[in-house]
Amino acid sequence: MSDLGPHAVFILAAYGVTFVAVAALAFFIVEDDRKQRRLLADLERRGIRRRSASAKPKGGAAEKRARKHGT
Amino acid sequence: MVSLANPTRFLSLVDRMMPWLTALTLILLGIGLYLAFFVAPPDYQQGETVKIIFIHVPAAWLAMFGYMLIAVAALGTLIWRHPLADVAAKTAAPIGATFTFIALVTGSLWGKPMWGTYWVWDARLTSVLVLFLLYLGLLALWQAIEEPGRAGRAAAILALVGAVNIPIIHYSVVWWNTLHQPASVFRVGGPTIDPSLLAPLLVMALAFTLLFILLHLISMRAEILRRRVRALRQTQVERAALVEA
Repeated sequence: MSDLGPHAVFILAAYGVTFVAVAALAFFIVEDDRKQRRLLADLERRGIRRRSASAKPKGGAAEKRARKHGT
Repeated sequence: MVSLANPTRFLSLVDRMMPWLTALTLILLGIGLYLAFFVAPPDYQQGETVKIIFIHVPAAWLAMFGYMLIAVAALGTLIWRHPLADVAAKTAAPIGATFTFIALVTGSLWGKPMWGTYWVWDARLTSVLVLFLLYLGLLALWQAIEEPGRAGRAAAILALVGAVNIPIIHYSVVWWNTLHQPASVFRVGGPTIDPSLLAPLLVMALAFTLLFILLHLISMRAEILRRRVRALRQTQVERAALVEA
């Protein structure tokens, strides 16, 4: 890596802030996605299903995938 | 496109795209960072500080892209009342706000060594700050109204009113005498940046754009599932009330 010169602290701070902001955003989004999957799977385990999901148990590929992911 | 309007089909497509999109995003980010830190030469005026531009400019582009996405989705909510439009708008807001925050902070960190100040109230900087506040306003509005349909319609109106800020941001450096430099990539006559600096900038811009899309798709999936959970819980409560009656 090249010498970052006299303003290295500004360059590193800019990349550091960007990394932290993006990492925090990605963490919250992925965690939220996991949490919603868990909640939906829990409801479906207790027999509470969407009308469309319970009416078409042998549906197409999309429905099968949806069931696989608990949606 | 019509089939994607079905949330279940949309979820299926997202599931299939996710591994490829994640891999492509990470590869492009790696290439972009390599070009930025190991290949790009120092700028003849900015020196090594030009490295900040490789994240500042893509973040600023995505700040505006995110808001335009919300504005177009707002039309989908208000005119066609499409549920995915509202989901797309709501989930783009935190991502757009984050990229606006990054653009503001990295711009300040570039401004101090180059301009001698972290902040000036010039038209470009101020209009981007207004964009950040608009994002925060939208997020607050979605939090304040519990029913997703009502929240979506209220936020769509605010989003469309705020969209007037996007051309102001873009043309601020043309209409007013600003400390912020005018456009140097997308301009009549072609980019004014040397190709050795333009290449890492464009790779980073593409990587950031894919990152935005990736996070947006995951967030949309989570929002669709949240609404299904909410609907199922309401059904559960209604059934319990019927049994008690």
